[in-house]
Amino acid sequence: MSAPSEDIPVTATKDTPVTAAEDTRRATGTPRLAVENLRILMTPRRGRPDADVIDEISFTVQPGHVLGLVGESGSGKTTVALALLGYFKRGLRPGGGKVLVDGQDILTLSEHELQKLRGRTIAYVPQDPASALNPVLKVGTQLREVFSIHGADPDRLTDVLAEAGLEDPAPILAAYPHQLSGGQQQRVALAMAFACRPRLIVLDEPTTGLDVTTQRRVLDTVRGLCRSYQVAAVYITHDLAVVAEIADHVAVLYAGRLIEIGQARELFTGPAHPYTRGLMRAIPVLEGTYELHGMAGSPPRPGSRPPGCFFQPRCEFAVAQCEQRQPEMITVSETGHAARCVRAVEIKALSGTATLASQRPAPPAEAPVLTISGVSVSYTNKPVLRDVNLVVGARQSVAIVGTSGSGKTTLARCVVGLHKDWSGTIQFDGQDLPPGVRRRTQDQLRRIQFVSQNPYSSLNPRQTVGQIVGAPLAHFRKLPSAEHRQRVGDALTSVALRESFAARYPDELSGGERQRVALARALVLDPDLLVCDEVTSALDVSVQAAIVELLLRLQAERGLALLFITHNLPLVRSIADDVTVISAGEICERGPVTQVLSAPSHAYTRQLLADVPAFGPG
Amino acid sequence: MARRPEAFAVLGRAVQTPRGVTGLVIAGCVILAAAIGPFVAPYSSTEFVTTPFSRPNSVAWLGGDVLGRDVLSRTLDGGWELLLMAAAATALGVAAGTACGVIAAYAGGWWDSVIMRAVDVILAFPQLVFALLLVSILGPKIWLIVLAVAISHAPQVARVTRAAALDISERDFVKAMQILGIPGRRIIRRDVLPNLTSVLMVEIGLRLTYSMLVIAGLSFLGFGLQPPAASWGLMINENRVGLIANPWGVLMPAILIALFTIGVNTFTDAVARASLGVGRRSTEPDPLLELAAAGVETPL
Repeated sequence: MSAPSEDIPVTATKDTPVTAAEDTRRATGTPRLAVENLRILMTPRRGRPDADVIDEISFTVQPGHVLGLVGESGSGKTTVALALLGYFKRGLRPGGGKVLVDGQDILTLSEHELQKLRGRTIAYVPQDPASALNPVLKVGTQLREVFSIHGADPDRLTDVLAEAGLEDPAPILAAYPHQLSGGQQQRVALAMAFACRPRLIVLDEPTTGLDVTTQRRVLDTVRGLCRSYQVAAVYITHDLAVVAEIADHVAVLYAGRLIEIGQARELFTGPAHPYTRGLMRAIPVLEGTYELHGMAGSPPRPGSRPPGCFFQPRCEFAVAQCEQRQPEMITVSETGHAARCVRAVEIKALSGTATLASQRPAPPAEAPVLTISGVSVSYTNKPVLRDVNLVVGARQSVAIVGTSGSGKTTLARCVVGLHKDWSGTIQFDGQDLPPGVRRRTQDQLRRIQFVSQNPYSSLNPRQTVGQIVGAPLAHFRKLPSAEHRQRVGDALTSVALRESFAARYPDELSGGERQRVALARALVLDPDLLVCDEVTSALDVSVQAAIVELLLRLQAERGLALLFITHNLPLVRSIADDVTVISAGEICERGPVTQVLSAPSHAYTRQLLADVPAFGPG
Repeated sequence: MARRPEAFAVLGRAVQTPRGVTGLVIAGCVILAAAIGPFVAPYSSTEFVTTPFSRPNSVAWLGGDVLGRDVLSRTLDGGWELLLMAAAATALGVAAGTACGVIAAYAGGWWDSVIMRAVDVILAFPQLVFALLLVSILGPKIWLIVLAVAISHAPQVARVTRAAALDISERDFVKAMQILGIPGRRIIRRDVLPNLTSVLMVEIGLRLTYSMLVIAGLSFLGFGLQPPAASWGLMINENRVGLIANPWGVLMPAILIALFTIGVNTFTDAVARASLGVGRRSTEPDPLLELAAAGVETPL
């Protein structure tokens, strides 16, 4: 982090008027973006109170600076981001406050004036570049359209692409969006956004779908472009580590309120709000094995928020005062670091990061449960896996790490029998596993269980949780209904869900709860090997930490062998004994976690480790 | 099993919407007219009560038809057979089409190719022509008309359900059942079909009205019910020569067919929307985005 120390571009202006005034004098100019007391309401509807979704949001961003806007699902970060463009989703409307871009309040502009402003003065980079580009038009055609709409010089087209990190623009301009990689698509979206030299750029999780290496390059590009053109940027993300990489200042949102704001480095070394602190303790880091702490509960929804501090029901620092009224922003340092917590000063003084975990005890050497030897897979003559060898011992946890397209998910599918066109041998408990599900014995099917990546598609929306968890049981064991119910209830209890969840439908559950149900379905048969395919990648960090805690507990209690597939290297340290790094279908490195992560021997592993975003000076 | 209460819940929710009520009332009125019509009709449908194509008068409230029979009585009498045939043809056609489409999608590969190419062959015939072909070869029998219409529906239903079932078959919850070694039949029944409810409701609505039109059309062309039976399609054909003299002979059956079509489609649309409500958030965790379920354009 190299935030200039002489200016203080971001402050909580409402609650610290003195500091704000000083800032304006000391800063290099007027802020490019100033948000003052932004409030967004839900359009009242029958049977629903007129609740606010967003309230009391104030921050400023100076030219050339990046503000990271952080929050978990439902915190309102995207709503705030769209409000910066004068855009409100259906069902929402502005309820007060100002959004000043170079002193002009864009909330007072007409739709026509806003249209002229968007793209030219304020640019937007969406989360999924593939859906923002028209699939039937060539990239060049689309870029030229942006140029002609906003009256920019079309000759600059190639320059703009080069600035966005696409050194050889000609083939890109002639390509259709689907012919580009995810990283290239995101660069095209960046080039589009920066094409007209905007004053403000809003980036909505632009690196979420990218692997770490591509993410690192895109982040560098964004930062460089903001610096060189003095663009103010608001970078929205749920990933604190990414924010630490790119942002000069960070604002944390919780339940539609700004709960903490400050210089990035300061905020991350000493978070002053219990929620920020909790988030940081939920994030696995590469250096050292820390205990991951999930946060209990989930954020309150608009309309059902508690009377006092919104975080109070989940807060381990709560005092009686917190229940009564909402805390004001309290400034905890002269650089403008402020938090909406009555105990902000105390909490900042605590150490920010998590406690070191006790070393995972090495599992006793036992006969391997799963032995993969010489497994190769090809799709239409294109090799996906080449001669993969891997051993998972009983009670052992083995992680497979690789970027997208490395073949790690294919390997998991071979093991569980979803993919059957492979060569080589996979042995389970000393016996060869036939390729497809159909040729495996009932016993093999029961003892190998699988949890898939996306909890939003892994549960049948038409069945209750009880039916979902009970389905494997009903297939393998015809039990009397009382015992069946008992077993389902036990499975739910073991994943820390109440038995009453059995009557609910998946759409009544949060992402974390859904993933617990998926786990319960896998555990109801008492498997010996659990294959987890990116089980936390669709979840918020605090939920991810809770799921990892749960997996570790279950593994210890039940003596499960765990095959944990992930792209998240820091997470590996918290969950695995051994790690195998896989790239382009081949294993490049394997060994105990501590050894691979601290002293990688393969260049690819070193690159992966270097690209992982992290707190602190990068 | 909670599937049954859930289906009721979907219907219940559909009926509570303005759309659902409107559709149900309109279709219900037509069904009611056709069902109790034969019992309340003032005259027999074959009785000559007035002069051909006489205007509405105190004897025949909607005037006379081509032979001087009472238009009102024939209208009331001529619906039930048509509606029953349409319902039977729809049920058969949707059931056969869904079976083909879902099996093709779920089994994939060889099965998919064979089923869908067969479907393409039948699709190559226009619906009415296909039905005409069968009926003109084997004669105008009621069961044959129902079968012909059902067969002409099945391929179109198969195409739609295959597309929807392909998506469902790729979902992780289906994979989760597959790796347990649960047989495909059971996965289709328990996991795939319940997720096709909204697609099937729309299909049933559409096919029911198409069935009406094809069966009425066959009657109109002389291949359906034979005179002197009263049937809405036949009535339109018989009475069109007197359209100027007494338009009711054509208008009444036409209006009832149109009302039924509109009513059924409005209702099934409401049911389809209501059934989307189950699992609505299945792909979207953000409660704020849920408020804007209609989706957000990206303002670039």
